[in-house]
Amino acid sequence: MMIWLNQIIQGVLLGGYYALIACGLSFMFSVMRIINLAHGSLAILAAFGLFVLASRLGLSPFLGLLIVLPAMAAVGWLLQRTVLERSLRGGLLVPILSTFGLSIVIDNLLFQQFGADTRSLAPYIGDLSYSSWAITDDIDIGQLAVLTLAAAIVLLGGLQLFLTRTSLGRAIRATAEDPDTVGLIGIDARRVNATAAAIAMVTVGIAGAFLAMRATFNPYSGGQQLVFAFEAAVIGGAGSLWGTLGGGIVLGVAQSIGAQIDPQGFLITGHVVFLAVLFARLYPSRFALQLPRLRRQPA
Amino acid sequence: MSPLGSMRVQRWTPLSVGSVAVSVAVLVLLAFGPALFSPNVIDKLTTLFIYVLLAITWNALAGYGGLVSIGQQAFFGLGAYAAVRLTHAGMSVYPALILAAILVAAVSVPLSAFMLRLRAGEFAIGMWVVAELLHLLVNLDGLIQGETGTSLIALDAYSAVARRALTYWTALGSMTVLLVLLLVLLRSPTGAAIQAIRDSEEAAASVGVRVLTTKRVIFVVAAFGAALAGALWLSTTITFQPKTYFSVQWTAYMIFMVLVGGLGTFEGPIIGAVIFFLVGTWFGADGVWYLIGLGATALVFALFLPRGLWGWVDTRFGLRLLPVGYRVVAGREPPAVPAIQTPHIRS
Repeated sequence: MMIWLNQIIQGVLLGGYYALIACGLSFMFSVMRIINLAHGSLAILAAFGLFVLASRLGLSPFLGLLIVLPAMAAVGWLLQRTVLERSLRGGLLVPILSTFGLSIVIDNLLFQQFGADTRSLAPYIGDLSYSSWAITDDIDIGQLAVLTLAAAIVLLGGLQLFLTRTSLGRAIRATAEDPDTVGLIGIDARRVNATAAAIAMVTVGIAGAFLAMRATFNPYSGGQQLVFAFEAAVIGGAGSLWGTLGGGIVLGVAQSIGAQIDPQGFLITGHVVFLAVLFARLYPSRFALQLPRLRRQPA
Repeated sequence: MSPLGSMRVQRWTPLSVGSVAVSVAVLVLLAFGPALFSPNVIDKLTTLFIYVLLAITWNALAGYGGLVSIGQQAFFGLGAYAAVRLTHAGMSVYPALILAAILVAAVSVPLSAFMLRLRAGEFAIGMWVVAELLHLLVNLDGLIQGETGTSLIALDAYSAVARRALTYWTALGSMTVLLVLLLVLLRSPTGAAIQAIRDSEEAAASVGVRVLTTKRVIFVVAAFGAALAGALWLSTTITFQPKTYFSVQWTAYMIFMVLVGGLGTFEGPIIGAVIFFLVGTWFGADGVWYLIGLGATALVFALFLPRGLWGWVDTRFGLRLLPVGYRVVAGREPPAVPAIQTPHIRS
């Protein structure tokens, strides 16, 4: 019994990471109606950025974020201006194709630069990578895992507050609602979207940092992270960004329980739960499946 | 007689009659390939046929059905896996390749029921999840031994020469059948519906096109094509490693071929496959830079030339080699109006 309880607790903590990685994906979808297929690759890009700062300059990953996050914001801004904006004008399908092309370029450039070796930031964060609190004899809670979940809650909560309470947040929601009309009330939709892309990439950078600290990564890890982010965002479903946290936790718990049933079960159970949620949502109620949308929120 | 009385609708133009005749002649010539070409050329052509198969079926899905899938490797891998299983059960190799693809197409029917309810990007990644799941499930099969994989041992029954020729003919035959199938499909009422959906899903639905049924037909045809390609690839490489077959790289190749050749055109993907084949022959050895180049090319085409090379030729010259559209012709004059697409009239 305690084993299962432990797996559920570990699953909830793992869900914190999935919520973090899903955050940027669902935010970008809400604002720009784009599912960014380079999402995972960009998180890995940020992870490699931190890795270079830590291994070559001896900079702690937490200090490294001070450099990497602004850099990711710049990447987001550039991405919006050079790729996404143009893609969106081509219709619904072009952004999928262009961001997929971009992910291939990023993955292979990283491979070219860093080779196939698996890396981790764990050696650069001291005992945080393995310290834990013993709750009972059977249940240990990793400090890094708790920090990850806390970061997810703060980030999602912060983003929620930002969207509802600040004027820039309101401008972003208005632009998501109707990019043409906001021009009439003096909002520059291009600028707002580029800002939103920059914010999304900052969250991607944070997610990349936690991925790199708690696990290992290589240049081709991006696709898997994209899939996790997508699953968490979809399970979370329509509604507020808090749905994303719920989706991440459901995914984490499913994987964690699956791993307990069978060593191979970790990923399989996650995918099966995702498809089951899809199925349940599509059939009885006939609701169209949607990622979280800002306009569904009460203002 | 009304002013329109002298107009008539033309499908076959002298150009399309000519190009169909040339295509048939080329295919007949290719059928004698094993007697004419060196073993090396035979192997290369077999690869090219598989590329064409992948390109035309992904194009049917994305270019005509408006369904961009990042998970076609699901069917590619499953096709190869089914072939391994069928031959293991004692079936002879070449019929097993075909039956494997048919079985995968059958599996794709129930899958389509709920994947097709997803929209755009959700469908794209949703298919990727399906591919990941199938990959993991195939790994569980004791015969496959996880990522270690297995081989198509049954191919040992054939001499190297016979194997090369049979694989070549099966690939050529498969490609031809799929080309004809898609051509017939696009010329049929379903084809008109497909092209209507491509141009505007909402408008098509409003004139009574059954969007979901039509998309399902394309989804299954695309699954069949990818599975056939996977089974054929297995017969050229012999080894089956799940990781290789269920790799998203296959979808990347399909996207490259279709985007460069021309998304939503009939001729484009064939040209794209030939270009991809040539690029692979010249630069494939460059490994990672080759992949970077493919990704970058796909990105540039998506942004600046989303209808690809053939789409550009089509809009510029109104050239249409194969009779999949209609032209309105005034009397017996040569076409005064550029080629139009079914069912709406472009100005």
